[in-house]
Amino acid sequence: MAQQSDIKYLTPIAVDIRKKKYCRFKKSGIKYIDYKDAEFLKKFVNEQGRILPRRLTGTSLKYQKKVAQAVKRARHLALLPFVTDNLKSNN
Amino acid sequence: MLNQYETVFIMTPVLSEEQMKETVKKFEGILLEKGAEIVHQENWGLRQLAYPIAKKTSGFYHLIEFKAEPSVVKEYELQYRRDERVMRYLTILMDKHAIAYSEKRRNLRKEKETAPVVEEAPAAVETENNVNE
Repeated sequence: MAQQSDIKYLTPIAVDIRKKKYCRFKKSGIKYIDYKDAEFLKKFVNEQGRILPRRLTGTSLKYQKKVAQAVKRARHLALLPFVTDNLKSNN
Repeated sequence: MLNQYETVFIMTPVLSEEQMKETVKKFEGILLEKGAEIVHQENWGLRQLAYPIAKKTSGFYHLIEFKAEPSVVKEYELQYRRDERVMRYLTILMDKHAIAYSEKRRNLRKEKETAPVVEEAPAAVETENNVNE
């Protein structure tokens, strides 16, 4: 055990510094999320077309609700799929 | 109490261009008849659907923004359900942010129309993407 702590690194160990997440709607002052803009909504869904959680996108609760609402509307109008594979790689 | 609504409906791709326009006119007429005021209209033309609806993979999209009494919406949606040319519809109540956004969007579109070269390019990209899906 003692030997392990004796190891010296030539370069400092890379401690990953996480960038603070922020809500993009609050930051850029977007008040309304359009369900007609499918390309924009694709930022908030994963490859299978599921809505990404807030903890990944950093969206505030207020706007996450609106994102979810917009995605669901877009799905109803067949602008976004309910389920799929490779939603993003095709585009 | 007058509210502003936005409605989008999808018509079957089986229709010809003229039949499609006729359908649009019919729904426009229904709205006007019920005393609604049409604020804005947009025809998105034939688009690929993200998933098949009634075994069809494409459809004609049309958007109407209108101001009307809340009671009008129910009657209007009933007409959608009765018309077999309409595959899907969505009517939403617009809040003040939605109204502001749609006005901005309209102005952007107008600007693009004055410069038709710019309008052509993104439209072409969009259809390509949909085909790939």
